[in-house]
Amino acid sequence: MMVGGALSPGYRVARWGYLAFCVAAFVFLIAPILVLVPLSFNAEPYFTFTEGMLRLDPEAYSLRWYRSILDGDEWTRPLANSLIIGISATVVATVLGAAAALGLAHPAMPGRKIVTALLISPMITPVIIAGVGMFFFYSSLGLAQTHVGIILAHAVFGAPFVVITVSATLAGFDWTVMRAAANLGANPLVAFRRVQLPLILPGVISGSLFAFAASFDELVIVLFMGGLEQRTLPRQMWSGIREEISPTILAVATFLIVFALLALSTVEWLRRRGASGGQRAG
Amino acid sequence: MGPRLRAAGLALPLVAFVSVTFLGPMVNLLTKSFYDPEVADALPETMAALRDWDGQGTPSDEAFAATAREFVAARTERTLGRTANRVNRVASGMRSTIMGGSREMAEAAAVAEDAGVEMGGAFWRETMIGIDSRWGGPEPWRALRAAGQRLTARHYLKALDFERGPDGGYQRAPEAWRIYVPLFWRTFLVSLGVTLLCLVIGYPVAHMIANSPPKRANVLLLLVLLPFWTSLLVRTTSWIVLLQNQGIVNDFLVAIGLIGDDGRIAMIYNMTGTFVAMTHVLLPFLVLPLYSVMRAIPPAYMNAAVSLGATPFQALRRVYWPQTLPGVGAGCLLTFILAIGYYITPALVGGQSGQLISNMIAYHVQTSLNWGLAAALAALLLGGVTLLYVVYDRLVGIDRIGLG
Amino acid sequence: MVRAAAASVAALLAGCAPQAGDGTAPGSPGPGASEESITVVSYGGSYARACVLGYHESFTEETGIRVDLEDFNGGLAQIRAQVEAGAVHWDVVDLGVADTITGCDEGVLELIEPELLPPGPNGEPPADDFLPETNTECGVGTLLYSTIYAYNPETLPGPAPATLADFFDLERFPGRRGMQRKPEANLEFALMANGVPKERIYELLGTEEGLDRAFRKLDTIKDDVVWWEAGAQPPQLLADGEVIMSTAWNGRIFNAQVLEDQPFVIVWDGQVMDRGQLVVVAGTPHLEGALRFMRHAARSESMAGVGKYIAYSPARRSGQALIDRHAETGTEMWPHMPTNPANMKNFLMSDWEWWADHRDEMQERFAAWLAR
Repeated sequence: MMVGGALSPGYRVARWGYLAFCVAAFVFLIAPILVLVPLSFNAEPYFTFTEGMLRLDPEAYSLRWYRSILDGDEWTRPLANSLIIGISATVVATVLGAAAALGLAHPAMPGRKIVTALLISPMITPVIIAGVGMFFFYSSLGLAQTHVGIILAHAVFGAPFVVITVSATLAGFDWTVMRAAANLGANPLVAFRRVQLPLILPGVISGSLFAFAASFDELVIVLFMGGLEQRTLPRQMWSGIREEISPTILAVATFLIVFALLALSTVEWLRRRGASGGQRAG
Repeated sequence: MGPRLRAAGLALPLVAFVSVTFLGPMVNLLTKSFYDPEVADALPETMAALRDWDGQGTPSDEAFAATAREFVAARTERTLGRTANRVNRVASGMRSTIMGGSREMAEAAAVAEDAGVEMGGAFWRETMIGIDSRWGGPEPWRALRAAGQRLTARHYLKALDFERGPDGGYQRAPEAWRIYVPLFWRTFLVSLGVTLLCLVIGYPVAHMIANSPPKRANVLLLLVLLPFWTSLLVRTTSWIVLLQNQGIVNDFLVAIGLIGDDGRIAMIYNMTGTFVAMTHVLLPFLVLPLYSVMRAIPPAYMNAAVSLGATPFQALRRVYWPQTLPGVGAGCLLTFILAIGYYITPALVGGQSGQLISNMIAYHVQTSLNWGLAAALAALLLGGVTLLYVVYDRLVGIDRIGLG
Repeated sequence: MVRAAAASVAALLAGCAPQAGDGTAPGSPGPGASEESITVVSYGGSYARACVLGYHESFTEETGIRVDLEDFNGGLAQIRAQVEAGAVHWDVVDLGVADTITGCDEGVLELIEPELLPPGPNGEPPADDFLPETNTECGVGTLLYSTIYAYNPETLPGPAPATLADFFDLERFPGRRGMQRKPEANLEFALMANGVPKERIYELLGTEEGLDRAFRKLDTIKDDVVWWEAGAQPPQLLADGEVIMSTAWNGRIFNAQVLEDQPFVIVWDGQVMDRGQLVVVAGTPHLEGALRFMRHAARSESMAGVGKYIAYSPARRSGQALIDRHAETGTEMWPHMPTNPANMKNFLMSDWEWWADHRDEMQERFAAWLAR
């Protein structure tokens, strides 16, 4: 790629060093995640590869930790809680966030810079600070140890994701189209549905996925505000890790990795579709 | 409806929502750090009677009587314990002076009532000093008055390891009691270290992705995005599994004979664990903005520099690096700010030596229940972060921060 | 291990809790009663197991009220948070006496009427039967336990440690030590090992010089300390050889000795004794069930029931008289009790009032010291 010095031995050493370093970095990124998957099928209650596993002996593998997820409500109730909280927060964040992004993208929007800063602020405030503040405030309102309190908190963290992704789809949008539609007699709602909605839809979906994933993985707020009734999946994992890691956690972790893969693929698919759509339009 | 109004109307619901659910808590947090009405509300008459006291000797008889009345009443209501705890934070030992004292005051009041003795100020002065001679000196009264101040800087003083001296002035706490300033320093240094480590690892990685053919770039990008999307708890779990004493890395090192079975390396539940796990968690936040900047740099620039006689290293340093600075700045800022507020990872893998300021904030919220101090610590942290944003905005422009 | 123990306890509970419509189980109450339950919070592991076997089961049999067990590591924080949020999920909690005093003053615990306490098996009036200072306004004393230190002779060959000073002697006993991650008991240990007579410990800890002295003593072993938080950890640390000696609650070491055949040896010199109490969280929706549970737990037989499974001494004289053998192995219990005079040659009674006063600042100082 880089011409000129390509023949000098020093350059070649540097190039190999660079490649080796990058490969090591990618291994560092991905290996810790992948290593959990086979271990979650360990027939023994150990967190390391047994000899049988290394020999690929089928006897050394089992689904027992997956079965124990479904035994009792130790994990099923937190899963249900995570879904209830995540979906509710995502709905709130998506509706409010998409509307705000439409407003912000409009050329006539007053005070855009300050409003954007306000809307993005929950995302860029260290979560410990936000968590403490919300805990004090919500408990004084009687919202601590309720689902509602956590949903509100997660929604305000999720909304910036939607604002950003939807704003991105509207960048370069030609607002004269909307005026033309109005001039032609279309009412604003119809114009929105026909012109803007298809355009922002990928942004809305990926934004809401971000928002859901953020809620699904959020722990600090839940630690401060959640009671026994609001135990979520991360909360349950937290106590599992603090006390003693049972192999069941590895099975739950594998489930979460699969979830991450699905969410990631969806967002990437939407992004490419959006990008190719943009190219067509351009 | 004009377009201005319509645009504002669309944004308004979220603005209102964020104001109530986020800005409200932040304002409340800041308020809590300097406004503490609990003791003042619990002992209004005592505070009124202490207002004119000059802080020397003992206060008026009236103050003795008001204090005794309010202590006995609060004791019956079982609210005195909370008040005593608050005062105890100002001067330790006050809890038992108040609680033990109030028990005897209640008994004395009952006896006096039966005997028909009038319980005026002089009576209470004598009784209280008789119960505990400390009431005959200025210290407990000073403590009561200090705890009864609604507007107070004491949480901030404590958060900066300052204390009140015997003469009422401010001085640094004795070495052995200094805890928060060293922790802020440690947090700052760890965050800086993690950010630099992320930059050193992330820069070549982002460069490789940005300069790969599209198909390969997509695969490599996936390797960065998968950790980004994977639950923080999952990643922390995997580091425990990898690094613990009986973990995979140690097992491997023993198996290849690099270390003996009794020489297993402690890589987790200490600073090493915090560093490794935090770097792993935060690396994508640096790679993604770097990648989006690098992708936009045409390779022709580097080629031109090299064909003009620059060595590849010179070209990298003089041509490529300056163009990536916006990405470096945005990525480092984001990583640093995320690191500085980190709580979960140090709590799980940090052991004792790997704890950061956020763990102390959580401790005061959840365990010691010293909310004023927690609020002051959080407010100081927030001030630091805001300062960073302002500096960054001046130097680079804040609107470059996005999802990368 | 905590988890496994909790699971086995849950299984035990499930086994003894009457199933709905299952009228054939012996001692099962009528249908409908099985709906009621209370949440009891305790320290998990072998101690929780001893409580379940010792008296929770008989309570459920008698009353039909199910006992849901939860683990915690002590302290008032969660109780305060629940009461303040108005969402009380815990009914009965096993607390140290310094905490019950503080919690009672703050109004987060229910007052316990002395009439609640049942007489002893031979009609002993509770006022005389309970050991002094075991009951407080909000707490019912159930047991006396000790923080001691123990070692594992298999990983500590050579001369055996015999005194508290040996715990701090890195020259004669090099290796890592386990200690609880809180100032309680550790500060006392440090001063006692430093030669302070036990009557002067708390007086000295109240002064800056005394405190410095305690921390300087702790400094000498700080780099070799592994900190534990849950009571189940010390036996685990000793068994795994992570440490050569560790402070621990005496009952946990005893259970590892008799149930897991561990060769651990307890050093009773300088043991710090404290009282364990049960309290009821203020505002619990299950007040009646919780009080019935307290009354049941306050029986001498219940305390002795716990003493059949773990070496904690009943808080009633009549309960101590009932102590005989370990229910599962037949081991004589009395030699292992912290209140056995043979084990009390040099012991310190924890001063709850001092700790109630100084807990906050001691924790702060301890945290500052640890972080250094």
